[in-house]
Amino acid sequence: MADAGMLRFHVPEPEVRPGGTPDFSNVTIAEAGSVPRPDIDVDPRIIRDMAFSIIRVLNRNGEAVGPWAGLLSSEELLEGLRNMMTLRTFDARMQMAQRQGKTSFYMQHLGEEAVSCAFRKALSPGDMNFPTYRQAGLLIADGYPMVTMMNQIYSNEADPLKGRQLPIMYSSKEHGFFSISGNLATQYIQAVGWAMASAISNDSRIAAAWIGDGSTAESDFHSALVFASTYKAPVVLNVVNNQWAISTFQGIARGGSGTFAARGLGFGIPSLRVDGNDYLAVHAVAKWAATRARENLGPTLVEYVTYRAGAHSSSDDPSAYRPKTESDAWPLGDPIVRLKNHLIKLGVWSNERHAQAEAEILDTVIAAQKEAESHGTLHAGGKPSTREMFEGVFAEMPPHLRRQRQQAGV
Amino acid sequence: MPRRTMIEAIRDAMDVSMERDDKVVVFGEDVGFFGGVFRVTHGLQAKYGKSRCFDAPINESGIVGSAIGMAAYGLKPCVEIQFADYMYPAYDQLTQEAARLRYRSNGDFTCPIVVRMPTGGGIFGGQTHSQSPEALFTHVSGLKTVVPSNPHDAKGLLIAAIEDPDPVIFLEPKRLYNGPFDGHHDRPVTPWSKHQLGEVADGHYTVPLGKAAIRRAGGAVTVLAYGTMVYVAQAAAEETGIDAEIIDLRTLLPLDLDTIVASVKKTGRCVVVHEATLTSGFGAELSALVQENCFYHLEAPVARVAGWDTPYPHAQEWEYFPGPARVGRALLETMEA
Repeated sequence: MADAGMLRFHVPEPEVRPGGTPDFSNVTIAEAGSVPRPDIDVDPRIIRDMAFSIIRVLNRNGEAVGPWAGLLSSEELLEGLRNMMTLRTFDARMQMAQRQGKTSFYMQHLGEEAVSCAFRKALSPGDMNFPTYRQAGLLIADGYPMVTMMNQIYSNEADPLKGRQLPIMYSSKEHGFFSISGNLATQYIQAVGWAMASAISNDSRIAAAWIGDGSTAESDFHSALVFASTYKAPVVLNVVNNQWAISTFQGIARGGSGTFAARGLGFGIPSLRVDGNDYLAVHAVAKWAATRARENLGPTLVEYVTYRAGAHSSSDDPSAYRPKTESDAWPLGDPIVRLKNHLIKLGVWSNERHAQAEAEILDTVIAAQKEAESHGTLHAGGKPSTREMFEGVFAEMPPHLRRQRQQAGV
Repeated sequence: MPRRTMIEAIRDAMDVSMERDDKVVVFGEDVGFFGGVFRVTHGLQAKYGKSRCFDAPINESGIVGSAIGMAAYGLKPCVEIQFADYMYPAYDQLTQEAARLRYRSNGDFTCPIVVRMPTGGGIFGGQTHSQSPEALFTHVSGLKTVVPSNPHDAKGLLIAAIEDPDPVIFLEPKRLYNGPFDGHHDRPVTPWSKHQLGEVADGHYTVPLGKAAIRRAGGAVTVLAYGTMVYVAQAAAEETGIDAEIIDLRTLLPLDLDTIVASVKKTGRCVVVHEATLTSGFGAELSALVQENCFYHLEAPVARVAGWDTPYPHAQEWEYFPGPARVGRALLETMEA
């Protein structure tokens, strides 16, 4: 009672800052295989606890255990491994290209490869993702040409977006990948609208919404949950919790709520939490949520617990706000290493084959890069026509834009 | 030809559009079962079912954001924001998403939505039921902005907006919903049934976007107006006896510059009138365009009559609203300059 009358302001802080020893002892991690797999038509109230646990399949020994295991064949897992390795190699090359001045900007997925690569395989043709800037694995895993991605990153003459968009803001309707916007969270409610439209049209396609931990604080996150809940929209609401929003630790967005998954509970939305670095777990949970949506059982919220191992972007230096070795201490490990160990345990993979695959993938990515660079990079070689700057604002160019295009001399 | 109020004409436009194209869906706050707080969507849910016309949560960003997703899917949403004053939570979705989707995806995704919102003052609506935010839309590349002034145009423009492949902001002057209004608040309002522009044809017709209409031909001065101000300008011209040519812009963007320039080159004088606040209002763009395109024909400075640069007050409604006396004064001053 001594302090009564004097309020104190609370600002959450991460456990450790630069110079400190990484400490994740506060992260409670369920044993692999310990979280049950409910029926897809489960009453959300019965599975409230799942919003506070973590669904995991791969254990410390690289074995797939528990009720969420057993959905994928060895071939599918090998393909998944290859996709994740491709994304990581692609990232490394493009990050280097940015450092070489071939493009202005890049954002890596380091440590988060399993989330988008495994999720993509739980969808069907025609489904639509509404991604953020950190789900390029959706494209890689769907076979979208790497050369086209690079053309966009280089804003060159073959850029499908004609040089209008910042690097990595891809768009591919054909591959179920909605146009990326710089404005955080806007796509979350748009995904719900797309799903509502599919239901209105008595279609069978579903939508997937994507958001990071930091952006859940945006009001469109709330809008999306309200609309998804109200109209029982066929949408999977994904939250990728990589612990960091640029320099801001996830506690600033999460506040006093136990988890991001728990945000869904107040909306009556079944909400699961999954090990985001476990390819098998991500895929199994995504499949569960996608099936619920497709069977008209409504939305599911999924929080992927992972760690942003790289810098936020090519413009960011994480050593200014977190310990340099923090990603090494992350208790859920590395998604590629974990799937690799599992495949070795299954007897369908080896360290030698892994090293060989790494070399092959690097060759493929370098070949794609050469091809892309033959169409130009940001400051050299072929570039989109200046006329393109005026096209596509509207379906038909209105008179005032025609006049401005003439003034620009194009 | 049947006469309809603006409310009935707008409802008819949605009815005709929903009948012709099952991709057209209508939703917003209180829009479904109840038929809208202004009765504009009355009967649509009963006729087309809850999948085509439905109530939405009170969340403007959610209404517009979900409509953008629907449009990306292939539907043609025509959504309502209950008052233009409440569009601000949706401004991010409107300006950064709806307006930019075609451009940023190079046509991979498009956004054929219409966002209807009752606008304007003159109804004792106070600060948040009277605003005219059109300049906040005309400044955004990728949006079209429409303001009808009568039932005939409202129906034709709305059908054209719904059929347009790009996002359209459709501002409905609520002061004109039941009848024309010239700013003489002390006189009884005549209903649309007594006005020629209340004649609204049955069935499908369009009024093209981007085309102005000359409401009163004249040779002395050009008045550029839209919405309620068209009638205020007409009253001002009659009361001052000035031979004004009154242009109802109807669409602010794309703008019918040809009609404006031809008129000002003829008259040599121009008065711009709008309810919205003066500074950086759409009138500034009109005034600049007239100056750029008609400089050697101008015999007087371009005058602007607008709402004062204050929030829209309640008790001082008629001191704020640019009525026929203020517009008339500007006409006289422009003629004397």
